Amino acid sequence: MSPAEQDWQPAASHDALRLRARILGRIRAFFAARDVLEVETPVLSQAANADPAIASLAVQGMGWLHTSPEFPMKRLLAAGSGAIYQIARVFRGGEQGRYHNPEFTLLEWYRPGFDHHALMDEVAGLVAELIPASPANPPRIPYRDAFLDFAGFDPFQASLGQLRRVAGDIVGEVVGLGEDRDAWLDLLFSTVVQPRLPAVCFVVDFPATQAALARLSARDPRVAERFELFIGGVELANGYHELSDAVEQARRMELEHRRRQTSGLPLNPIDVRLLAALRSGLPDCAGVALGLDRLIMLAGEYTHIDQVLAFPWSRA
Amino acid sequence: MASYSTSEFRGGLKIMIDGDPYTIVENEFVKPGKGQAFNRVKIRNLRTGRVIERTYKSGESVEAADVLETDLQYLYNDGELWHFMQPESFEQYAVGEQALGDAAKWIKDQDICQVTLWNNEPISVTAPNFVNLTITETDPGMRGDTSGGGGKPATLETGAVVRVPLFVQTGELIKVDTRSGEYVSRVKDE
Repeated sequence: MSPAEQDWQPAASHDALRLRARILGRIRAFFAARDVLEVETPVLSQAANADPAIASLAVQGMGWLHTSPEFPMKRLLAAGSGAIYQIARVFRGGEQGRYHNPEFTLLEWYRPGFDHHALMDEVAGLVAELIPASPANPPRIPYRDAFLDFAGFDPFQASLGQLRRVAGDIVGEVVGLGEDRDAWLDLLFSTVVQPRLPAVCFVVDFPATQAALARLSARDPRVAERFELFIGGVELANGYHELSDAVEQARRMELEHRRRQTSGLPLNPIDVRLLAALRSGLPDCAGVALGLDRLIMLAGEYTHIDQVLAFPWSRA
Repeated sequence: MASYSTSEFRGGLKIMIDGDPYTIVENEFVKPGKGQAFNRVKIRNLRTGRVIERTYKSGESVEAADVLETDLQYLYNDGELWHFMQPESFEQYAVGEQALGDAAKWIKDQDICQVTLWNNEPISVTAPNFVNLTITETDPGMRGDTSGGGGKPATLETGAVVRVPLFVQTGELIKVDTRSGEYVSRVKDE
């Protein structure tokens, strides 16, 4: 028998499959009770993600598989959908490991009229229903404080040389990062800060250079109104008080485009329909994407994402 | 020159670092949702056995090491080098003391050993997990039989010394686990 014939069976146990089904049911009940509309948007898109850190998978002769349903969901919001959620299969090239599978499930939702703090309350409420041990109101730790407390330096002040030195001392030799300051911060956050975070917490006030699609804080433009949820050191959700300024959005996409160019990455078409929707007016809202497979891992105390996927990529 | 991208990293892959061949022991993919991806690897130097950690930005490439693990038969020692042969091709390889390492304590002629070849040069030798060796010298008496259970030292035909139970005598053939260096049992003559 060839190796492919030997692993026809699912990687997930029946228990894990049942847990997934139960969690999906409870998520739908949670949003139905709050009058948030379930929507579906295309998996196959004419545009690709501009983020240099995310690889969109191309479909021959067509477009790209989406890496998140964010842009079409924002178009629905701009068209007046009101609060919406989606449970979407998304695809990201090259992401495979203990917490990654190239095809995975995102739970993504948007709340008009919420800011990121109101949305964090709701995220904590949902997670507390699905993971029994998780507190109703986990701490919200500023990115800067997380570094000060757990890595001993200020990420806004540290020089590139200092970041390299700390990495050399704690992580060992690092190859290929060059002078990309945010990449060094990503490395130190993932390897030094993240494992030392409280059992359940939000990290808030990310640097403006890591704002992604969040608006910058009105009280301190050095930070973005972006949050992430960590449970047991695992990154579970990423949310924003959404950027609604079409000009600023276009500027950020242009910046990502240039970074892709300097890194020799493919230059895919930008989603001009998103920009048109923002120009027509995105309601003031907050949105969040939550890794559903990781949530199931945490709820069932599984240690590898393959244990909660019927057929992970290696046997898909 | 062949190379591997970090997306091909997995346990057992052989790569070149600073002029030495290494094997990947462990590969961990780390990526924040909105940030740079990394591969954190534990790698073992195939010459020295030393394990180190490295972190690669995902997408980097690393030169492949031309390393082959093959079973060779030990033939003889000429006083300086240990000579091995590939049983099918009859190709012979001479192995120095450093590459032979611990295996020198356990092997005798005819034994099949796993040998790591780098650019077709032997760089390490693993003795068979179990070897049968004759005891050339051990204390004959039952002295010290205080049920402490420690046994007694015995010198084997290769020069290695292992602890054996008190009832085992000089001239007997015993089975030894080369990974732990421990006595397993007496071997009955066939």
